[in-house]
Amino acid sequence: MSPIVSVEHLGKSFGGLRAVHNVSFNVEPGEVLGIIGPNGAGKTTLFNCMAGMFPPSTGTVHYQSENVTSWSDAKLARAGMVRTFQLMRPFGSMTVLENVAVAAAARGAKERDAMAQAWEILQRVGLDHYATRTSKDLPTAGLKRLELARAMALHPKVLLLDEVLAGLVPTERQPVIDLLLSIRDNGVTLLFVEHVMQAVMALSDRVLVLNHGETLAYGTPSEVVANPEVIEAYLGDEVTNVDSK
Amino acid sequence: MSETLIQTVPSPLHKKKFFDGNMVALVIIVAAVVPLPLLLESGQESVAIRILIFAMLGLSWNIMSGFGGMFSFGHAAYFGLGAYSSSILLVNFGISPWIGMVVGMAVAAIYGVIVGWLCFRYKLKGTYFALATFAFAEMLRIIVQSSQAVNAAVGYNVPLIKGSSWWLMQFPAGSPNYFWLGLILLTGCLLATIMFARSKTGQFAVAIREDEEAASSIGIPVLRYKLKVIAISASIGAVAGVFYTQFYLFIDPELAFGAYRSIEAILIPVVGGVGTIWGPLVGSVLLAPLNDITAAILRNPPPFLDFLQGQSGLDVMLYAVLIILVILFLPKGIFGSIKDKVTRK
Ligand SMILES: Nc1ncnc2c1ncn2[C@@H]1O[C@H](COP(=O)(O)OP(=O)(O)OP(=O)(O)O)[C@@H](O)[C@H]1O
Ligand SMILES: [Mg+2]
Repeated sequence: MSPIVSVEHLGKSFGGLRAVHNVSFNVEPGEVLGIIGPNGAGKTTLFNCMAGMFPPSTGTVHYQSENVTSWSDAKLARAGMVRTFQLMRPFGSMTVLENVAVAAAARGAKERDAMAQAWEILQRVGLDHYATRTSKDLPTAGLKRLELARAMALHPKVLLLDEVLAGLVPTERQPVIDLLLSIRDNGVTLLFVEHVMQAVMALSDRVLVLNHGETLAYGTPSEVVANPEVIEAYLGDEVTNVDSK
Repeated sequence: MSETLIQTVPSPLHKKKFFDGNMVALVIIVAAVVPLPLLLESGQESVAIRILIFAMLGLSWNIMSGFGGMFSFGHAAYFGLGAYSSSILLVNFGISPWIGMVVGMAVAAIYGVIVGWLCFRYKLKGTYFALATFAFAEMLRIIVQSSQAVNAAVGYNVPLIKGSSWWLMQFPAGSPNYFWLGLILLTGCLLATIMFARSKTGQFAVAIREDEEAASSIGIPVLRYKLKVIAISASIGAVAGVFYTQFYLFIDPELAFGAYRSIEAILIPVVGGVGTIWGPLVGSVLLAPLNDITAAILRNPPPFLDFLQGQSGLDVMLYAVLIILVILFLPKGIFGSIKDKVTRK
């Protein structure tokens, strides 16, 4: 099978700062790729480049065998490659339902269908009883789910999830992990940046470790956590301090 | 999810009726004010008509800046382009202001899209965007003021006709038809606002206002919808300009494109409620009579205000005080604050 997402020699510099440098990987359809690395390693920047928020300085991104390096984020999202934000970005004045419906509408759903689909998604992510609440009044856990719900409304084929578990207390995590598993079971390819190792181990088929913008390791979860370099650069303090962030 | 929880949610799917609360309110308000000109004296009727003009202007600003979040400090441009398009066509070619209005709406929309596109191309946002809209409106004023082809600083007098003509939008002084004409146009603008707010374009506009990058990330073509919103807003502003000219039978560059007009356009929704459907109407009802009230006070001040006799500028002062009060105590405007109170049970 040909990869659904293919990143080649991707690099991004901000002025003199090399945030991402020469990163390459392929993701097969239905695969789950976990991306880990210390703060400032370039994980979010990698997503930003892949999702079309800004163009990479070097390298290419292919999605469904098409070169999408220069596509806008909006075009990519409509084509099924959708990202969520590390810092939640709801449309604050809208209700929770409207937040999701507007995403369905952006995909092209008619108004009434958009509402119905949004409603279904809210039930699925467990936000239905907040449907008519103003979204800015949601607690963090709700906002994280809303980010997911909004992305799901686009019927994504590939989801780029930036720390959906960050800010959740441990008891709030498992339901979200289960939700991600069910999304994966529907055939959605997941790329997710995460600091919570429990989730990385549970979800990932493969793990990419970034450090200073470069690929430090790439492999199955068990390979990666056994890698001495990874332990040194990242896991050393992360394993002992899983709840940081 | 338990059954009871789902049932306690007022299912939002049933709320999307054509005749929602806003439409019902529109019908009631319009029906209630139809007989107004028959009850008012002619001086009062002109205040009522100023309310209509203010409301249209405020609704126009509210679409672009209230719903769309693109702060315009140059709404005089749309108003003026409407006023001038119809005046030029009427005075030079005898073309009906109805056609002039359609042309004016198109001209204003095209101007708005070009200016908007230039601003967004150079990534102007917030204050810089507002200043750019102001600069472009001033530029229009100066161009018109110095162009003999459009009568320069003199402006246009609408040629007088005998009797009444709906086609030429002209009626004898004191005719109730002026009010009804304005009411028809305002109803159209309110209807447009209601439809806009519930439309896909309106929802996208709000999403873009709230977070442009997030809007883009869920697939909304941000630039296209921003320009679309500006075009809608500009068209409504042009309608206000056309009706203004037909009522006062006169327009000049200052009245059409002057900064004062742009400020009016902002104050009306700010007082009434930015980004709400009814805010501009509430704002215009409060602001439009201010001129007359202050003029009356200045002409004949009560004893404790004797020192005001013969002064001017009281209306501007009252404006300022009103704005400060609203911003301090009702930051969402009068309608916006009431709406918040009602919906937050
Ligand atoms: N828009 C930007 N302009 C300038 N520098 C940036 C920008 N975005 C990111 N950076 C810098 O690039 C580097 C990588 O940042 P990035 O946000 O990608 O890290 P991250 O791996 O997501 O970190 P975290 O785990 O804290 O989210 C950091 O040094 C950051 O300061
Ligand atoms: Mg990050």
